[in-house]
Amino acid sequence: MSAPTVPSGPSGSSGGPADAGGRSSDGVPAGAAGSGAESGALGGRLAVGTVREPESSGALAAPPCGAGRAFLAVLGRDVHVTGKELVAFLAQTLIQPFFFLFIFAKVLGSAGFVSSGYGAIMLPGLIALNAFFGALQAVAFPLVLDFAWTREIEDRLLAPVPIPLVAVEKMLYGALRGLLAALLMVPVGLLVLSGVSWPLAGLAPALLCTALGAVLGGTMGLAIGTLVPARRINVLFAVIFAPLIFTGSVQFPWYALGKERWFQVVCAVNPLTYVSEGVRASLVPSVPHLPLGLCLLVTAVAIAVSAWVGIRGFLRRALD
Amino acid sequence: MVPGPVGEEGDAVYRPVSSGAVGELAVEVTGLVKRYPKSPDNAVDGLSFSVRRGEVFGLLGPNGAGKTTTVGVLTTRVLPSAGTARVAGLDVVRDSVAVRGRLGVVPQRVNLDRSLTTRNNLVFHAAYHGLSRADRYARADELLERMGLADKAKVSVDKLSGGQSQRLMIARGLMHRPEVLFLDEPSTGLDPQARLFVHDRVRALRAEGVTVVLTTHDMDEAAKLSDRVGIVDHGRMLALDTPAGLVRSLPGSATLEVSVRPGDGSVQALVDAVGQLSGVARVERLGAGGTGGAGVDGVGGGAAGAGGAGAAGAAPGCSAVAARLRVYVTGEPAALVGPVVSALSALNASVSDLSIGEPSLEDVFIHLTGRDLR
Repeated sequence: MSAPTVPSGPSGSSGGPADAGGRSSDGVPAGAAGSGAESGALGGRLAVGTVREPESSGALAAPPCGAGRAFLAVLGRDVHVTGKELVAFLAQTLIQPFFFLFIFAKVLGSAGFVSSGYGAIMLPGLIALNAFFGALQAVAFPLVLDFAWTREIEDRLLAPVPIPLVAVEKMLYGALRGLLAALLMVPVGLLVLSGVSWPLAGLAPALLCTALGAVLGGTMGLAIGTLVPARRINVLFAVIFAPLIFTGSVQFPWYALGKERWFQVVCAVNPLTYVSEGVRASLVPSVPHLPLGLCLLVTAVAIAVSAWVGIRGFLRRALD
Repeated sequence: MVPGPVGEEGDAVYRPVSSGAVGELAVEVTGLVKRYPKSPDNAVDGLSFSVRRGEVFGLLGPNGAGKTTTVGVLTTRVLPSAGTARVAGLDVVRDSVAVRGRLGVVPQRVNLDRSLTTRNNLVFHAAYHGLSRADRYARADELLERMGLADKAKVSVDKLSGGQSQRLMIARGLMHRPEVLFLDEPSTGLDPQARLFVHDRVRALRAEGVTVVLTTHDMDEAAKLSDRVGIVDHGRMLALDTPAGLVRSLPGSATLEVSVRPGDGSVQALVDAVGQLSGVARVERLGAGGTGGAGVDGVGGGAAGAGGAGAAGAAPGCSAVAARLRVYVTGEPAALVGPVVSALSALNASVSDLSIGEPSLEDVFIHLTGRDLR
């Protein structure tokens, strides 16, 4: 999976289709509003997360001013670039999860190596993975390259907008891309697997979990992108990405790890686990899963922590 | 060529002051210090200077003198360790966002957005700075035309040559009509044509009343373009004046070069005679290579290389051979032509050639910063 993503990183990953991005951003607050009690608590958490970013909240609160306009222009740039590279974006987003699903659920399933219900367990995990990783990659790669070599981001750092807001834009843009990648995964899953059925009541919480997973990916992308030096970019895959992907309860429900206690503990440390489990709890509630409230809570805390780390890292790299 | 005192009138005519808080000064640096975390020395060490509105100000210094760091502070990208810096009347730390709206930057290294076309680099830059949609496109086209890039508008910036990239960065820096434009090493690595084009653009900006701060280690560039030049080394301002003023300030920097055939006396006698004239700082006998230093040593060195004991013996007294003397004068070199010729004639020496050497900014620069390699 890694090989094709790297080259498209520098330019391609800093984009997201304009209109689609806009729509999905609208979807975030809508989902949050619609999901009842837990999301209320979560909204509070999220606000804590955002308040930590010093100048951003004020600037966001007054969108018509210069900073707000500049923020939208910077976001518009990323959206424009993704629009130009739409095919690459779709390939990057869909080919790998398609094969995952096709091989593990369909091929191995019909050959009898994997039980027939596995696809239903894996699809929610892959949606979570797409949201999380789509966002993470869209933020991390361009940042590593920008700060090390191309310095392309300098023009945006010289825009009349507070620097933390540029960091917030990166996270938001990554999240939009991740959310889009996750949503695109749904029809792919429905095409590959037969007989997928999700409870209607689970759709809103699933969307919320997915959106939060995308935001988490964006914030972690910011943290990783500003902490990893460019010459270590290869290490990202081996040391960070692979463990994140395989300890994120994407391919298995967390409770299924009862016999591998140490691995279960490792997975519990990976915030992606809570996104996967949250989506699974919403879409296939019959499978044993972590409580949805816990998933949302941990995800929100992880967002706050990595946004804080990421914005600090961004400021450190952006200002000498 | 050398511009006189700077264009206040240009200010008044071309560029209405856009903010009430802004006074005469476009840039004001006071006691600026920058120390990078792991460095033992200050990159900028108590720098103070100011740039008037409409002025072209050159920061001249060797590599690593602190020029780029200074520009970094002024463009809000580097946080100062101490001191203050104001651009367009606003503090670069406290009002960094507003400052960024009023300055344009042309960096040393190409940092164009390679995901965008040439024209979109300008258009998006204008969007970041809040220009209206119609204004963005109109101004982008106008600047592409002015920078000779109109036919490259739809091309990816990857396809631009070094000179074209530089011009595009200048265009980008001007898109949002900045009050102060910072040019960091604007013509390093450019061919002569591209360099001249950049110089023309800078002069045009001055005519429009845009304040320009440029850093360079190219003396000619600094002398040609700047109203005033600050020479910086080790993070400190060593001298600050108009290019002509800097050159004048160099003690004994104007020279007379005399080719002379000694008559009865030795060359040394000529040197002594000329050296006693008032207005003469010192006299050097030039060696074969014409290097400054001590002429006599130069001859001896050449003799050692050639292995001729006779040559070494001949040097002091060989009256048949013409000698070249460089006379460093403290005042106007032309005024000393007569006295020098008479003094030499009095010793029966015949002058075969005489030329006046005006010092250059390079002499000032070397005088202030030394010859050591960085």
